[in-house]
Amino acid sequence: MSKIKKSNYMNPYLAGILLGLVVIAANFISGRSVGASGAIKSAIVAGVETVAPAHAETATFYKEFNEGHTGNPLNSWLVYQMLGVILGGFLSGVLSHRLTWKVEHNPRITSRTRLIFAMAGGILFGLGSQFGRGCTSGSALSGMAVLSLGGFISMMAIFGTAFALAYFFRKLWI
Amino acid sequence: MGPLVINEIISENTNLLLAFFIGIGFGFVLEQGGFSSSRKLAGVFYGYDTVVLKVFFTGAITASLGLLFMSLFGWIDLNLVYINETYLTSAILGGIIMGAGFIMGGYCPGTSFCGAAIGKIDAIIFIIGLFIGVFIFAEGYPLWEGVFKANFMGSPRISEFFNISEGLFALMLIIVAVMMFWGAEWAEKKFPREEY
Repeated sequence: MSKIKKSNYMNPYLAGILLGLVVIAANFISGRSVGASGAIKSAIVAGVETVAPAHAETATFYKEFNEGHTGNPLNSWLVYQMLGVILGGFLSGVLSHRLTWKVEHNPRITSRTRLIFAMAGGILFGLGSQFGRGCTSGSALSGMAVLSLGGFISMMAIFGTAFALAYFFRKLWI
Repeated sequence: MGPLVINEIISENTNLLLAFFIGIGFGFVLEQGGFSSSRKLAGVFYGYDTVVLKVFFTGAITASLGLLFMSLFGWIDLNLVYINETYLTSAILGGIIMGAGFIMGGYCPGTSFCGAAIGKIDAIIFIIGLFIGVFIFAEGYPLWEGVFKANFMGSPRISEFFNISEGLFALMLIIVAVMMFWGAEWAEKKFPREEY
């Protein structure tokens, strides 16, 4: 018996192979691959067009978005895919008995600290995903699958920076 | 044969429906692998849990190798598959900002939705942050449009960039990945941490 308690997750290499098969299926069916931040962008555009239509017609970002898209921004591949991600994650949680409301945090910090950094991290990741034209899923994973140069650059910049900063944020995690 | 929607074997509406099922598979695998936990995700940066590295790189080499073989068998035309565009400046800048967000927030966008799906409140807060971040980018767009569009390189494959064959690059990727897996297994034994 190991002294370190382990949760019951799938073997990571098996999970990785299944993840690869999902990416292959997406490319085979749709000629594109998985993503996440693009769906948030669609939701923001749809929201701004509903709340402030005049602003959405004049501001450059929304104009450029609509040059590349027709119809409702929410009627997009990534939005349907993200709805599936939520259901798929939920089903997996049901199957493995992991459904609980909780703030997961290191006992050495308060849940309030955890939530403040979760918010800050989310804001940065949202902002960065737009500069990077995709996040860990859409740019790094999907890009690497089709051997895109940009995918490898994203992957190295994301993980390299996180490693470089890990020391400064160690109290959050260890 | 593939990609099915581009070769008009399935309709656009079928494509959107299948996107939902691909998403279910994606979310299911991420959650099963442990990507719904920020503790496990951040673990790779301290060595106590390297599930991110193992799942991510196994996924990347499986997908790239699978697609190359499918192309070889004539099952998919890789020239019709979307290749991400490379804007060098913003790819690096975006990656740096995302990396900072990753170590602070413990999630990336896809995994935060998995965490939220099983009730992680920190994941829900992270998602609210994502929306704020994307909104800031959209509203401030004129300020950084120049940086965003600088150094456009087209949509090169990394094998073209290094002027080697795709198969050779895939082989090198696999060798690097296996070496990293070996290091990851070593790190998990060296830096164990109690779960919380």
